[in-house]
Amino acid sequence: MDFIRNFPFFSIILSLFSGSVCSVLPSKAARWVNTFVIVTCAVLSGATLFYVLQTGESFVYMMGHFPAPWGNEIRAGVLEALMALFFCLIMLLSMLGGRKKVDEEILESKQNLFYILVNLMLTSLLALVYTNDLFTAYVFVEINTISACGLIMIRRIGRTFEAAVRYMIMSLVGSGMILFGLCMLYDLTGHLLMSNIQESVAKVMEVDAYHVPLLVTITLLVIGLAIKSALFPFHAWLPDAYGYSTISSAAILSSLVSKGYIFLLIKIIYRVIGYDVFRSTHIIDILFIFGLAGMIFGSTSAIKEQDIRRMAAFSSVAQIGYIYMGIGLGTQESMIASVFHIFAHSCAKALVFIGIIGLTDASGFNRHFSELTGAGFRNKVAGIGFIVASLSMVGVPVFAGFVSKLLFARAAVLNTGKLLPTMIVLAISTILNAIYFLKTGIRIYTPNNGSEYVSIPLKEEKTYGFAIILFVVINVCLGMNSQPIVDMIHDGLAMFA
Amino acid sequence: MGSNLLANYGEVAAAILFGIGFTNLLLHKNLIKKIIGLNIMDTAVYLFLAEKGYITGRVAPIVVNGVQDMEAYINPIPAGLVLTGIVVSVSVTALMLSLTIRLYGRYRTLDLDEISAQLRKEGK
Repeated sequence: MDFIRNFPFFSIILSLFSGSVCSVLPSKAARWVNTFVIVTCAVLSGATLFYVLQTGESFVYMMGHFPAPWGNEIRAGVLEALMALFFCLIMLLSMLGGRKKVDEEILESKQNLFYILVNLMLTSLLALVYTNDLFTAYVFVEINTISACGLIMIRRIGRTFEAAVRYMIMSLVGSGMILFGLCMLYDLTGHLLMSNIQESVAKVMEVDAYHVPLLVTITLLVIGLAIKSALFPFHAWLPDAYGYSTISSAAILSSLVSKGYIFLLIKIIYRVIGYDVFRSTHIIDILFIFGLAGMIFGSTSAIKEQDIRRMAAFSSVAQIGYIYMGIGLGTQESMIASVFHIFAHSCAKALVFIGIIGLTDASGFNRHFSELTGAGFRNKVAGIGFIVASLSMVGVPVFAGFVSKLLFARAAVLNTGKLLPTMIVLAISTILNAIYFLKTGIRIYTPNNGSEYVSIPLKEEKTYGFAIILFVVINVCLGMNSQPIVDMIHDGLAMFA
Repeated sequence: MGSNLLANYGEVAAAILFGIGFTNLLLHKNLIKKIIGLNIMDTAVYLFLAEKGYITGRVAPIVVNGVQDMEAYINPIPAGLVLTGIVVSVSVTALMLSLTIRLYGRYRTLDLDEISAQLRKEGK
């Protein structure tokens, strides 16, 4: 059984090496290698999750021959393993659902590059989830940025290049702040491993010294990661990047990349700075306010949008606002709600994008609302997928989104100071969500008999249909069977401390 | 406060340079100047690390003349961090430059706002 302790490292190194292998393979073989690697990583993460649940405690895996505080470490607890498993699943389904569009939109000669980028993305996500070393986390943050930029611009049109540049600029601003914050933290504590830094920070707090440098450090780290995960005022790059890249990229970017950064932020809050130290600063209020603003602003922008994919992109801004609102509420329950919303939003938003592509394909590749009338009848499985995802995003019971909203509301009750704004914004945001998702839902199910667009039967797109059905199953499972997941998140967060 | 700033003039210079690079990267319209800003920002962090890692009177951690006393050498980790940081910054700069070349080849301008305006005119 103890052999399973190697699995997190295996999954990281496997996806890293398969990236380089893909570069010399023809595109078909690269695709198979990619699918195989994602499935294997999912199995390895699942085994790790099983092992950690069995032993009931997290474990530290030494990289190389030097013990802490000199060597590098991997650490896996319940939450890390669960997150890694979930990331692999969503990535696999996003790749399956967008497979046909990859063939259509990306040059044959460039397709293996696409699979390299996906493998690198998986590597960096797994490393961000598992690493126990802050500087390693920084390096993988940059790898994540570079591969995300590649995923955006692999479809070679003007819009994606512009979106990639804008994404890079915002991301580099964020990673510059993270790097500076890291260096200051190293300067203050003399360590790079998360657990050692936390001890030193506690000592510094005990002797009541270095208040300003510590505050600056925390601000730099938190705001840097918030910029990278597209928190409300820093989301200018997002609509174009999600709206015009190939659909697998859009699904992966919206559901995984920003979540990887948010997970790193949660890890930093718990394992580096310490939750109590973090809560005593006012940065938590800033995150709270920007989260609330994002929830409203993202939804209103989505309502105004006439392009269905850009609408889905703006909806991401609102959902990321939810997650930051949960972090900003500053209780254990709200953090659990935030982590649950990471799961709920990932599986719903990836399904939204995969569903949208089927609807637009059945409308002559038009993305404008006026052309989508009746698209749900022309591509039935895409229509069902989109409706399920919309209901989950709006927060209808049975689906995952409802549970996270319930958890947010419950957590808000425990924080009296922030109860009123949270409840008001939660209500307004739900109504706004309902407006734009139901508007689209009604539009795609309005019969349009005079339409010249042809229907797409399920038989022609088996992989696509399979991906959508699995996504629907995951959404319903998360919604109906949320308690075990919530318990796991609770245990995982307890292991962080 | 004032005396601290004077004593740590190297770190202060690094922080100011970081700010200059940061604003350049964020606010400049010209893509090449943005990339220059990015490099100034990253280099400022290396200056900060070098300044923090150096202890007056000690030498680089390479054993010479058989002196193995820890007090004789400085901590090598900041230098290691700088090296890693340089690798990252070089690759990011290369990526940004290649993107800039692509955009320039297509739109014949380095002004990001103008590129956006042209894209809107194309209506795609």
